[in-house]
Amino acid sequence: MSTELLGVLVTYLLTLALAIPLGKYIARVYQGQKTLLDFMVPLERLLYRVSGIDPNREMNWKQHLLALLTINLVWFVLAFVILLTQGSLPLNPDGNPSMPPDLAFNTAISFLVNCNLQHYSGETGLTYFSQLTVITFLQFVSAATGMAAVVVVFNAFKEKSSEKLGNFFRYLVLSCTRILLPICLVIAAILAFNGTPTSFDGKAEIVTLQGDSVQVSRGPAAGMIAIKHLGTNGGGWFGVNSAHPLENPNYLTNMTELVAQVLIPIAMVITFGVYIRRKKLAWTIFGVMTVGMLLLLVPMLLSETGGSPTLAQLHLLQPTGAMEGKEVRFGPAISAYWSTVTTIISTGSVNSMHDSTMPLSGAMQLLGMFINCFYGGCGVGILNYFIFLIIAVFISGLMVGRTPEFLGKKVEAREMKIATIIALLHPLLILAGTALACFTHTTYPNADWAVKPSAWLNNPGFHGFSEMLYEFTSSAANNGSGFEGLGDNNVFWNVSTGFVLLLGRFLPIIGPVAIAGLLARKRYVPESAGTLRTDTATFGFMTLAVILIIAALAFFPALVLGPLAEYFTIY
Amino acid sequence: MKTYLIASIKLTLVLLVLLAGVYPVLVAGIGKLSSGGGGGETVSRNGQVIGFANVGQVFTQDGYFQGRPSAVDYNAAGSGGSNKGPSNPDYLTTVQARIDTFLAHNPGVTRAQIPAELVTASGSGLDPHLSPEAAYLQVARVAQARNLPEQKVRALVQQHVEAPLLGILGPEKVNVLQLNLALDALK
Repeated sequence: MSTELLGVLVTYLLTLALAIPLGKYIARVYQGQKTLLDFMVPLERLLYRVSGIDPNREMNWKQHLLALLTINLVWFVLAFVILLTQGSLPLNPDGNPSMPPDLAFNTAISFLVNCNLQHYSGETGLTYFSQLTVITFLQFVSAATGMAAVVVVFNAFKEKSSEKLGNFFRYLVLSCTRILLPICLVIAAILAFNGTPTSFDGKAEIVTLQGDSVQVSRGPAAGMIAIKHLGTNGGGWFGVNSAHPLENPNYLTNMTELVAQVLIPIAMVITFGVYIRRKKLAWTIFGVMTVGMLLLLVPMLLSETGGSPTLAQLHLLQPTGAMEGKEVRFGPAISAYWSTVTTIISTGSVNSMHDSTMPLSGAMQLLGMFINCFYGGCGVGILNYFIFLIIAVFISGLMVGRTPEFLGKKVEAREMKIATIIALLHPLLILAGTALACFTHTTYPNADWAVKPSAWLNNPGFHGFSEMLYEFTSSAANNGSGFEGLGDNNVFWNVSTGFVLLLGRFLPIIGPVAIAGLLARKRYVPESAGTLRTDTATFGFMTLAVILIIAALAFFPALVLGPLAEYFTIY
Repeated sequence: MKTYLIASIKLTLVLLVLLAGVYPVLVAGIGKLSSGGGGGETVSRNGQVIGFANVGQVFTQDGYFQGRPSAVDYNAAGSGGSNKGPSNPDYLTTVQARIDTFLAHNPGVTRAQIPAELVTASGSGLDPHLSPEAAYLQVARVAQARNLPEQKVRALVQQHVEAPLLGILGPEKVNVLQLNLALDALK
């Protein structure tokens, strides 16, 4: 096996080896059991006391959602105001300007919803103050929000029948102090010792070996890059994200960042099994997610390491694969693995430019975001999977003529309606958004915006269509990566994707929490011979089939118009 | 709503202190212990900083090894890839032009010997590395421009090939800046 493929395999196995114990640890944290980090208790008490929160006061599902939405609103206002005024605030050694309103709107929402779509470049678009108080801060708390929401769902299935589902603020705080912050310190230290900047110095001015004067942007980046991955946020300190040699200096940091982003999504599945004492169900879910990941990874690996067919026609050597938009220190293999996990997990950080990947890889990246639940984002991955699970329970219940049940609770019309709406919302946002963009591009090519619609696209033909499709897919999936050639910093993209981001974040949190809350209230029906078991391979296959069929029905036409058409043009 | 709102504002403020204040300062403290002191690892010659160890630079003279094409001309005040897709005809014309330039500067090399990375832009526009093959391919040109025996230059490249992580993970590579620095020091 080549050293490049071995790197992929070792990175994945390392992730598993760390995620399994972490999952068990997370279950202990949320259940209030003893852990190694109990020395954090005084800090947590201080946080509760200052904010006037009683962490033991239990909430029902509606109160949870109200608390979640309220604090998110506070964060949005805070972020929006700072971005609008950052030019006059402290910690701005490079003298960067304040953001215009449409860009501030988009950026504030984008980081609030854990998406991290970036219509600016970090070097020139933000100050160190906003990098820390808006970007880093929201990267922590948006990840903690997703994790807190998923604990509510866990609680709903833990007890046989209960209205009381724990305290939202407690889960939020614990996610930060016991999980995100300690692990981030370790990751940031690894990055710092491998060359990622941590100091508050501004740009460096140097005269190069050949005698040119250049500037090098830097800043306290390592801490932000740690949470950017651990919290599956993905927004980079520098414009090109983790392709940047200071953001991701070598193969070791690359492995670290890769492990960090996949860590909590996998751990959360393990946590689920421990938490509700159904380990077999958790492993079934893990199995389905892993098969799903491999279905996307293998084609992507083959097409990237196979090289570009158009460059092959120019008789170039492509010993390792397609190199446009990639870094030599990583190579195509681990870059393909990165592209896979960053799109299935909703991180959206990149270590190579997706716009320059091969058509089949583009198709797999889009599919990863269409489905958005193979491991999935920090906390929210399980919530997305849960929607498909409910639909699979319902369909297979009907197929075998039994009342649909999940973990002893009857799934009825109301829950199904919510699940269906959430499942259909995603394609609606993506396809309607892309249609609107295509319409604007062709009908109003000369609209007087910062970037004219006629100049949006960086590539002609089918690939140009993919650029627009990708942007809305990434927004709706709260992913944040992009076909970055798209000229997206103008009022059309800032506003339209801003709204898609909001809907694509909060409805898929509200839906599953509501379903779980409704189910939790219902009477517990003990399992019997007539119960459809959900922890078997058969049911796992059924769930996978539901996921793939919904994705295929909704998105196949769009894929054909974009990456598949490009594929058949150049191969 | 009101009770949640007040609690939310207060919690936001204390979390802000913890996550956007204490945490980055703590990380900056850790960074102080690293070799670059947290400002990024630099490379110096005769006491003069001439670059960052991890950030690539432009080399245009025939007497230097040249790195990959860059969409931002190695201007590290920003960063960027070309974002050109594989089916873009303009992009293929650009690549063709780079091939022609390379062949003109490296007589004796045929196009079938050129690794694609030498004529394709990196993701960051700041890629500091080349594959060993891409460096070896430039040995003849560099040696001739500097009036050095090819053998000597080739040996220098060989010394600068960095092995994969732990010898088994990831690609081999050559840091172009370090190589050129050593080249200048050759007698």
